[in-house]
Amino acid sequence: MTAVLLRASHVTRRFGAFTAVDDVSMQVQPGEVAGLLGANGAGKTTLIRMLLGLIAVTSGRVDLLGGPPDRERRRRLGYVPQGLGLYGDLTVRENLSFSARAYGAAEPALPPALTGYAGVLVRELPLGAQRQVAFLAALAHSPEVLVLDEPTSGVDALARAALWDTIRAQAERGTGVLVTTHYMQEAQQCDRLLLMSDGRLVAAGSEADIIGSTTAVAVRTADWAQAFAALNAAGAPVMLAGRAIRVANADPAELAGVLRAAGVEASLQPVPATIEERMLMLARGSGAR
Amino acid sequence: MTYSVRSATVRFGTAVALDDVTVEVPAGSVVAVVGGDGAGKSTLLRALAGEVPLDAGTVETPPKQRLGYLPASSGSWAALTVTQNIDFVAGIYGLAGEELAARRAELLDRASLTHAAGRLASQLSGGMRRKLGFVMAIVHRPALLILDEPTTGIDPVSRIDLWRLVSEAAASGAAVLMSTTYLDEAERAAHLVVLDRGRILVQGSYDQVRAGFAGVVTQAGHPVRAEWSWRRGRVLHEYWPGGDPSTPSSPSAPSSPPAGAAAVAPDLEDIVIALSLARRNAVPS
Repeated sequence: MTAVLLRASHVTRRFGAFTAVDDVSMQVQPGEVAGLLGANGAGKTTLIRMLLGLIAVTSGRVDLLGGPPDRERRRRLGYVPQGLGLYGDLTVRENLSFSARAYGAAEPALPPALTGYAGVLVRELPLGAQRQVAFLAALAHSPEVLVLDEPTSGVDALARAALWDTIRAQAERGTGVLVTTHYMQEAQQCDRLLLMSDGRLVAAGSEADIIGSTTAVAVRTADWAQAFAALNAAGAPVMLAGRAIRVANADPAELAGVLRAAGVEASLQPVPATIEERMLMLARGSGAR
Repeated sequence: MTYSVRSATVRFGTAVALDDVTVEVPAGSVVAVVGGDGAGKSTLLRALAGEVPLDAGTVETPPKQRLGYLPASSGSWAALTVTQNIDFVAGIYGLAGEELAARRAELLDRASLTHAAGRLASQLSGGMRRKLGFVMAIVHRPALLILDEPTTGIDPVSRIDLWRLVSEAAASGAAVLMSTTYLDEAERAAHLVVLDRGRILVQGSYDQVRAGFAGVVTQAGHPVRAEWSWRRGRVLHEYWPGGDPSTPSSPSAPSSPPAGAAAVAPDLEDIVIALSLARRNAVPS
């Protein structure tokens, strides 16, 4: 039995003088959905490409299904890249038949939502349907590991729920899933989160673990525009949530001073930060451990 | 001042991209349009921007030179530097000299792009390019700002930067209409419009949308009616439209939940999915 499906041990990757991934250790276990988060340029895609054996590590070690990510092991892997990896000039049926043959699997049956599209060129499908086809192609050979790079970008809530249904069904039959997303509500659907910033793994665990004791200040006021302008001018990392204003990682007393000086009446309340706010702080360096 | 599209219908051939849609965008506030690929978001924004003619309905906008529009595609020129991109657009609006230099410096600073001022747009990350597009759309201080998915595919850090820029534009008096596929983001807007296949499913403030939502959402490991349920993390949510007299109830398709079912407080994601399902299940497609 393979206890760990994907493992990076002290993995580093440099491109010339630039270190894209810096001493990262992480793993994905059977039946879990691990969410990989981070800003653009944080090193997520480089890490994924090393885990998949598409590029070499500069130092450290990668294990896929208990060994190096060679062709034999990669047959047991399903991968949906950000660009979906489909052939736009081929029909849905041709795409599925091509990828099934590449993996030596039986061609998958089309679900009801796609039956009308069998003979349609992939580039003529709506985005949501293209994503479904890419999933079908990646799942046809019952992979033990599934790697998804922003699987639901740009699709509506209903289509997103359907894709997550597929992801969960895979995890329930023991597949380990590694998924990247920029959508925080989607990150909350993962079993575990891995947070990268500037090439390093800066936090790992549940949403609560990652947010930790980080707080934000909620500013409630009748005159949000004026409060917003005053706090913004003072250089606070201010955000608007509806008509409520939030400031991440701020000292309420200091904000109260700024608002008083601007003649704005407001009530200030410390609240737990969101994952996004925590990421912003990590990216700006103020949250470094 | 409030800008608007009223009773707008747009057809492309036989396809109805927008079907009798009315949306108001008041000065000083952010209106968010949500919906997936093909819902009609871009068509609505382009209709307000005067980029697509209406088959029916009316549009009320400021004159063209007081309008800022960030299209879904890039919005900048790849072979020009950040500064050249901004200066080119500013020139169209007659902004020049010291006034332009000051405005450019202010916006680059706000967008955290000062360090990249001399870089070609083609060499920016996706998040930086969207921020540049935003800066170009707002350089002339438009009264109406229209942003087509400014944050799709953008990382959370750049997204917070962009939201701050959007909030700032609204706080200084602009009417902002933006589209997004992220529902958590839409909750932040003063007013949200949910589009589905060219029609408005619901609109209002987040509180109004929640208050106006009829029926019950329950949570369970297995759904009673698969066609009314959807995945949320490890569990499934299910919608019971009961209470809405237009939804028929029958023994085989009950519209009220069984006794003892665990009801949840639906968030915007649940509400949008529930309303989409109600529309799909009512009108077989």
